[in-house]
Amino acid sequence: MSRKMVTIDGNQAAAFTAHKTNEVCAIYPITPSSNMGEWADEWSAQGKRNIWGTIPEVVEMQSEGGASGAVHGALQTGALTTTFTASQGLLLMIPNMFKIAGELTSTVFHVSARTVATHALSIFGDHSDVMACRSTGWGMLASGSVQEVMDFALIAQAATLEARVPFVHFFDGFRISHEVMKVEELTDDDMRAMIDDDLVRAHRARALSPDHPVIRGTAQNPDVFFQARERVNPYYDACPEIIQKYMDKFASIAGRQYKLFDYVGDPEAEDVIVMMGSGAEVAHEAVEYMNERGAKVGLVKVRLYRPFSIKHLMQALPASVKRIAVLDRTKEPGATGEPLYLDIVSAIDEAMSEGMAPFANRPVVIGGRYGLSSKEYTPAMVKGVFDNLAKDKPKTHFTVGINEDVTHTSIDYDPNYITEGEDVVRGMFYGLGSDGTVGANKNSIKIIGEDTSNYAQGYFVYDSKKAGSVTVSHLRFGPKAIRSSYLLTSANFIGCHQFVFLEKYDMLSSAVDGAVFLLNSPYGADEVWDKIPRKVQEQIISKKLRFYVIDAYKVARETGMGARINTIMQTCFFAISGVLPREEAIQSIKDAIKKTYGMKGDQIVQMNYNAVDQSVSNMHEVNYPSEATSTIEIPPAVSPKAPQFVQEVTGEIIAGRGDQIPTSKFPADGTFITGTTKWEKRNIALEIPVWDPEVCIQCAKCSMVCPHAAIRFNIYDSKCLETAPATFKSADARGKEFEGLKCTIQVAPEDCTGCGACVHICPAKNKQEPKLKAINMAPQIPLREPEKENYDFFLNLPEYDRSKLKINTIKGSQLLTPLFEYSGACAGCGETPYVLLLTQLFGDRAVIANATGCSSIYGGNLPTTPYTVNRDGRGPAWSNSLFEDNAEFGMGYRLTFDKFKVMAHELLDKLAGQIGDNLVAGLKNADQSTEAGIQEQRNRVVELKKKLEGMDSSEAKHLLSIADYLVQKSVWILGGDGWAYDIGYGGLDHVLASGRNVNVLVLDTEVYSNTGGQMSKSTPLGAVAKFAYGGKPIAKKDMGMIAMSYGNIYVAKVAMGANDLQCLRAFLEAEAYDGPSLILAYSHCIAHGINMRTANDTQKQAVESGHWPLYRYNPALAAEGKNPLLLDSKDPKISYQDFAYAQTRFKMLTKSKPEESKRLIALGQEEVSSRWNLYRQIAAMKYDLVE
Amino acid sequence: MDLTTTYLGLSLKNPIVPSASPLSRELDTVKKLEDAGASAIVMYSLFEEQLQFEAAELTHFLEHGADSYAEATSYFPEPAQFHMGPDEYLEHIRKLKSAVDIPVIASLNGVSTGGWIDHAKKMQDAGADAIELNVYYIATDPKLASADVEKVYVDVLKAVKNAVTIPVAIKLSPYFTSMVNTANKLVDAGADGLVLFNRFYQPDIDIDNLEVAPNLVLSTPNEMRLPLRWIAILYGKVKADIAATTGIYSAEDVIKSLMAGANVTCMCSALLRHGVGRVTEVLNDVRTWMEEHEYESVKQMQGSMSQKSCPEPAAFERANYMKVLQSYV
Repeated sequence: MSRKMVTIDGNQAAAFTAHKTNEVCAIYPITPSSNMGEWADEWSAQGKRNIWGTIPEVVEMQSEGGASGAVHGALQTGALTTTFTASQGLLLMIPNMFKIAGELTSTVFHVSARTVATHALSIFGDHSDVMACRSTGWGMLASGSVQEVMDFALIAQAATLEARVPFVHFFDGFRISHEVMKVEELTDDDMRAMIDDDLVRAHRARALSPDHPVIRGTAQNPDVFFQARERVNPYYDACPEIIQKYMDKFASIAGRQYKLFDYVGDPEAEDVIVMMGSGAEVAHEAVEYMNERGAKVGLVKVRLYRPFSIKHLMQALPASVKRIAVLDRTKEPGATGEPLYLDIVSAIDEAMSEGMAPFANRPVVIGGRYGLSSKEYTPAMVKGVFDNLAKDKPKTHFTVGINEDVTHTSIDYDPNYITEGEDVVRGMFYGLGSDGTVGANKNSIKIIGEDTSNYAQGYFVYDSKKAGSVTVSHLRFGPKAIRSSYLLTSANFIGCHQFVFLEKYDMLSSAVDGAVFLLNSPYGADEVWDKIPRKVQEQIISKKLRFYVIDAYKVARETGMGARINTIMQTCFFAISGVLPREEAIQSIKDAIKKTYGMKGDQIVQMNYNAVDQSVSNMHEVNYPSEATSTIEIPPAVSPKAPQFVQEVTGEIIAGRGDQIPTSKFPADGTFITGTTKWEKRNIALEIPVWDPEVCIQCAKCSMVCPHAAIRFNIYDSKCLETAPATFKSADARGKEFEGLKCTIQVAPEDCTGCGACVHICPAKNKQEPKLKAINMAPQIPLREPEKENYDFFLNLPEYDRSKLKINTIKGSQLLTPLFEYSGACAGCGETPYVLLLTQLFGDRAVIANATGCSSIYGGNLPTTPYTVNRDGRGPAWSNSLFEDNAEFGMGYRLTFDKFKVMAHELLDKLAGQIGDNLVAGLKNADQSTEAGIQEQRNRVVELKKKLEGMDSSEAKHLLSIADYLVQKSVWILGGDGWAYDIGYGGLDHVLASGRNVNVLVLDTEVYSNTGGQMSKSTPLGAVAKFAYGGKPIAKKDMGMIAMSYGNIYVAKVAMGANDLQCLRAFLEAEAYDGPSLILAYSHCIAHGINMRTANDTQKQAVESGHWPLYRYNPALAAEGKNPLLLDSKDPKISYQDFAYAQTRFKMLTKSKPEESKRLIALGQEEVSSRWNLYRQIAAMKYDLVE
Repeated sequence: MDLTTTYLGLSLKNPIVPSASPLSRELDTVKKLEDAGASAIVMYSLFEEQLQFEAAELTHFLEHGADSYAEATSYFPEPAQFHMGPDEYLEHIRKLKSAVDIPVIASLNGVSTGGWIDHAKKMQDAGADAIELNVYYIATDPKLASADVEKVYVDVLKAVKNAVTIPVAIKLSPYFTSMVNTANKLVDAGADGLVLFNRFYQPDIDIDNLEVAPNLVLSTPNEMRLPLRWIAILYGKVKADIAATTGIYSAEDVIKSLMAGANVTCMCSALLRHGVGRVTEVLNDVRTWMEEHEYESVKQMQGSMSQKSCPEPAAFERANYMKVLQSYV
């Protein structure tokens, strides 16, 4: 039977089979598994049916715990049910997994295996999550390639119904889940042939039903639990043979034969590697290469990890084996070895004692770790493992792929050992996220995979930033199946889609001799040579590269493509790479364009066609001299002024050399210094704001809304200007309290992302030419050097004395130094201005608990972190625990601080005689409600410490260690709506109800932003999101109202872009309130589909429509007999529709389901109106009448 | 009494036609207009720029941020189908055609001869009885001569005429140097009717915020003087039907327009201001006036006060200006 070849990634492959073979799917988004649930949801929304003809029900839950509960329930009532997850998500499912397995329930969970957070979070792939599930009693089946993912998903589904052992079907996160490969798509008939419908009916017959009632989930006592638990044994004993039976059946249907343990290599191999997952495919490639060169080596690929079959392992191992290296993609500190290693050791020992082993002498077994968090694992490393194994005394418990120079576990390997065939075309493409490079490459793979007989593979690497992110695409094409699950190390095509990258990345080090180098260059073939760095010239010359240039941005501009150069660069690639005949390739590109953009309008299609046609004629080959002549040198990644750690670690990561940093350079416990973004000068803005002091009214709104703290405001003594750089600008400070002083608004030229939010918010217009404001965007490059100097000067100006500032004014608040700067958040981010404000107001005494999400990524993702310190060295201390427990985590901070304060008071009392009563009384009774009060208390603490340092008692030492806690600490609990409304809600509710003095800031984007736009309970009615494909049918949860119902929680709803002063007041009141506070902050987001430059207008519309009423609920007012609810916004003056249809998230529904959109928006209007009415009535209530 | 007239080859029961406006967006409103007596309906405009903008905007925002970050390779679900371009408009034509018996005139607004001209054919296929082509063109380029501007109108019209077989009226700007000459060029290019005039949205200036305020101001009755003059002048000089639009509020306005030479009178601001029932009131008043003045049919008065037939032809020209000035003092 001929089957369709498709070019898809691992997530799609898993979802495809799962959607076809299940009836219910309950999920929760988590990287890198989210796409599986999204595919399933999309297919169900499109009416795609499973093999029994019904459309699977897909539901998004509030957490993985919830998803697994729903799955458990659906399974118990008889539906074929699945879920998709990874990492912490899988860990949250463990309690239900024990139950599901204990009840012998047939199901398959598809897991894109991801690192479990330890010293740091990582979204990338290893087996630490699945290995944490070993004791649950689930079967575990490991896929090593995209094809295997599709195949094993089916084998597992078919087998679980018979075996009654539930299965985790796992594959490596990112490396497989996101690797795009050409694979054979299974047909419905294949699936029907594999799955026995009698077993499906048997599964249903076991369901809970009042028509044949049973009870399951009893509680058992010591008398019976143990023996009853052992009752499952026969099912586990039978399971491996059942899996093999279905693997054999699959082979008879689809032609691909798998075994529980597949052996590859010399039949008389003496050295064998045992491993599973994508790494086994890499080892497969290396073993074949080594075999061809005479090495007697082999590989056992573990498919079925649980139930572990010693018998089948022994059948797979060659009798000749003398040495075995077992590789684990996980780490179990403190264990005698990693899990697979231990299993192999015990399996061999048991097999030998039972007489099952094929060998007479026990082979040496060593264990090693590789590939944690998607660390590269290459054939070179495989060779290194074999070399180690062949030694007289091979290193065991080794690591490979890193330089572990602390306990010296790492083994050596030759990185230049390359096993790829000459027939593989390999291309690397460096682009920006925003230029569409990855999308174009995905398209290219599809074209080559589906229009030619070639195999194709694509893998995409993204950096840690959301603004100006760099992408590197790794593409392979060739006549043979591709097993190379690793990044390209040598390429015969290098595409540099951004000219500036030449100074940042050493991309030509991967080019093979005679490779093609395509550069998007503003300079033509005649002038480009002198514009590129000397090192690049040298590489081009020495490798005899064929060098082409195109001004893709010019072509894009001229063809109406804007900044999307994807189609242009893709066309050039096809035109010069020779992968396809040129005309054929161009036709294929056009066909792909039609497919991608056809439904978005003919004009978009024609525009892309035009860009294709213009590309080739604008591309030119560069004739270059035989000697490098350039004077341009590649600058260091960070300034030489940076601290040593930043030079040695941070800078190396920024330069793309993180893989080479040895273990010893890292902190042992995941603790990093703050304030490192300032060393990473990214220069990503094409235009930056320029201040016009003549026009400026010094309102400081620009500084307040800047998402990156890249435009700053200061007022200072005019004497400071004596040493100012020539182009430094200043104006007489406005306002009585600043009389005689000077004012400057200064841009950080290299840190600005060019979003233009500052210019848009600026209220001052040039009277002669009102299109100009007090700040205006201008090209960055000519401004870079002078403004760098100006910014350095600005940063050294004295800070305004914060104890003398009116911080309850916008101007006053913006004179406070930001302690959160230059984050990697999206240009124009709606969240970060709130974080910035928080750090300005309270950063010098704030401790932040940050839920996982966008704010934890831009807040804490390496290489650099934006939280920083003031001139006294004080600043926010920050940590991220989990996604689900952030409120509890933050409350833990409070418990400590409260306890330490009590302890300090107790010790002060005890030591009062030595310290002095006055100081003790001052310290204990300090009024810390103002900046001045805090400063006084800090001074007292300094005095106290001086005294304590001279004292020798244990009590004095204890007090010294906690004296700083006498200065009030400000606990902030930050997170998005996914955390607050969904996964963390239970904990948040409890913490708010605890009465403890914590401040919760919900950065409400009304959608899961970080994982790519999934619906949360905050998503508004009528908005389209993933899992709300047809528009969210339910109104958003009114978190504020729920919190207000407790009566003792300070609650505020703010939207800085609509009312900055109300927002500022809310922050100050929340922090001042001696109890729990909740601030719900409207945060515009790229997931709304809006212009981020003008996004503060969206905030205004949210407020003016009544969708986001501004209010403050202050329980302190109730205590005074006043109504605690103060409505800060006026009656709605625009419709819900006017707010909604200005954003793609709502508008797109008018293009897909116009009538439904109309209905939902009308419902939204009703909801908004009635809610506003309710708020108005509550705000009008007379509290003085309440007895 | 015979109120019938013809326009673009369509036989209409009376000369009152609601012009392109948001009123035609709702099916119910159009039914009410029909019940009130409207003899045809000109639909709201399908804007060339709007179609292009919507497609570009949707594509941009759906792609923006995609494939930029490992955790979020996209931000929106991809629907199986988008109804882009004129689909919604065409569907509306179909709905109107099945809901009302009066002719439906589709309105196409644009300035280029690009792919959007195809929409005219689609409008015809969807059932439109005629097309009103609104060439909304503000010539700001100093290099453009008046002949170039006229050519834009002619080219667009020709392109549309080539695409369809149903009648096409062209809505004109009042700012042509030689109106009669231009009108004839357009008629030669195939215009079946001339709609006088396009009342360009006239932006205001917000002096507090230093912004251009592009808000819509409804027309007032005295604005009908401008089309009235040109209808009177054009009547008999062009071989095309004429629709009067702008400032038609009352029966008197209707009658004046007809006397000047209009085949139909288009109402918009009056209906937006006073509701769709205004059609009935005006029709009744026309009838009453005709009875009182012993007119038997609309045709009887059509063109009677045109420059060609009126007692004082010079009054529509410079002489009129002098007279008005003198009467003012």
